[in-house]
Amino acid sequence: MVPLIEARRLAKHFPVSGGRWKRSRLLRAVDGVDFSIPAGETLGLVGESGSGKSTVGNLMVGLYAPTAGEVLFKGEKISGIRQHVPAGVRRHIQMVFQDPQSSLNPRMVVRRIVGYPLKVQGLAAGRALDRQVSTVLGEVGLSPEHMYRYPHEFSGGQRQRIGIARALVTAPEFIVFDEPTSALDVSVQAQILNLIRDLQRRYGHTYLFISHDLAVVKMLSHRIAVMYLGRIAESAPARQLFRNPLHPYTQALIASVPLPDPERRRDLAVLGGDIPSPVHLPRGCRFHPRCPQVMPCCRREDPPDITVQAGHSVACHLYSP
Amino acid sequence: MPAAAVEPSRRFREIRLTTGILARNPSALAGAVIIGAMLLTALLAGVLAPFDPIHISLADRLQPPSAAHLFGTDEMGRDILSRIMYGARISLRIGLLVVAVAGGLGTVIGAVSGYLGRWADGVIMRIMDVILSFPSLVLAMALAAALGPSLTNAIMAVAFVMIPKFARLVRGEALAVREKQFVAAARISGEGSLSIIRRHIIPNCLNSVIVLATLAMGETILIAASLSFIGLGAQPPSPEWGAMVSVGRKFIMDQWWYATFPGLFILITVIGFNILGDALRDVLDPRIRR
Repeated sequence: MVPLIEARRLAKHFPVSGGRWKRSRLLRAVDGVDFSIPAGETLGLVGESGSGKSTVGNLMVGLYAPTAGEVLFKGEKISGIRQHVPAGVRRHIQMVFQDPQSSLNPRMVVRRIVGYPLKVQGLAAGRALDRQVSTVLGEVGLSPEHMYRYPHEFSGGQRQRIGIARALVTAPEFIVFDEPTSALDVSVQAQILNLIRDLQRRYGHTYLFISHDLAVVKMLSHRIAVMYLGRIAESAPARQLFRNPLHPYTQALIASVPLPDPERRRDLAVLGGDIPSPVHLPRGCRFHPRCPQVMPCCRREDPPDITVQAGHSVACHLYSP
Repeated sequence: MPAAAVEPSRRFREIRLTTGILARNPSALAGAVIIGAMLLTALLAGVLAPFDPIHISLADRLQPPSAAHLFGTDEMGRDILSRIMYGARISLRIGLLVVAVAGGLGTVIGAVSGYLGRWADGVIMRIMDVILSFPSLVLAMALAAALGPSLTNAIMAVAFVMIPKFARLVRGEALAVREKQFVAAARISGEGSLSIIRRHIIPNCLNSVIVLATLAMGETILIAASLSFIGLGAQPPSPEWGAMVSVGRKFIMDQWWYATFPGLFILITVIGFNILGDALRDVLDPRIRR
């Protein structure tokens, strides 16, 4: 079966100028990422800040052209030819942004903001656009009389609902959520997450859900991919990843999730240090300077992706056959 | 349709909010009063002015200020107060024209430069830097002299030297707006660069443009008056303030009122625009506003 959307050896390198007299270097934000998402499922992408997860999101929707690799939508290549993706495909790919403050144009009323994709892509205008906008506002828990208000008249959670409405209005098949709740209060986070999950159940959307918060990702995802320094360290079905994390980095991440049960304590395998700069990648395995189980080969060789069982792969020398 | 009914009322509320804040700011109020008075004078010059501004009456030449001629008369016996009132039309028209042309062009140039970035930005901003590297008055003088002395040429010259001021300001704002996520959302929808500049970048730079336009009005009036003073702008017998000061300069020793009153009006108008501009900058700053 062809997955709905697929990333193949996806890479994005940014040139960083090292000052006037120095050679410019490359920031390897994304450095060879593979994944595919079957229709109707959610892939959760987790990682620390600086791991390149947002860059992956931007590559998937075509905001960046990849340095290498490609993005396939229903088996067709959509990356690389920026702005030349046919409108019929473009309407099926949408994004919900992190900061509802900056993702809504303060000079436009909600009707224009939400109806914008319809108008740009020539899908609807006038009355028909009004009707679609008010329907989609209803879906996200706002009412049609909000149409003529400006973004600053809404709370953070409501603004994020407007952002979701804008993504839904073209009836897309694939939506990227780039940390949609990290700018919100905890109480509002849960409402938005429930909304996102309910919408998927109702319409069968395919999601790429990017977050640094494992608990949030666990709630929504069918599969989870853990990113570290521009590469996927481990990917597995959500339950399996939590039950049997293999990569030392995944283990440390899961151990850092606070448990609601004070009786059950786990040994905290806390990671030392910070994520290294993606401009100066470590030799060999990119995780080895922080890895508690580092071996001599880790300093020399970059580990390949090893499929441990069906659907569970890990990039770590511990599991090489 | 309900759309038409609801939207204007919201706009109106926004405007009322702005004017409300302005009214509580004393310097803004002072600036607004000065400019309001100038506008009124210019509009109603035909009614308010006690004499015809170009009627020559040699019997009354160079009269000192009196009850009949509040600001005295000039060497042709024309009433200086009446000439100043008609002159307000000229000065304000120059200011509005220059700011409209320079503000419009400068905003578009700056927004394109800031949004596109890369080489387009480099080329455009270097050109603007070249214009900015001349003192505006000197460059305007050179241009006006090259084009030939007339009011239209002076307006074009001043507009030209004002363009980079707007372009540089808007470019800076555009660099910030470009990074906003609503621009990314528009790009995902497939919107082209020009539409993004028009619908997203420029509307979000307008507050600063309004402030700069107000401040630039003062500077424009001053430069235009300077050009007229050295004979490159408005030509006699047109009652332009700078031209009046220029002629009055010959009489300054014995007939002080001739050059003083037009000069005073240039001063007051420029100050009026400047303090209103300063106050607008404070009021339109969204961080202070909400």
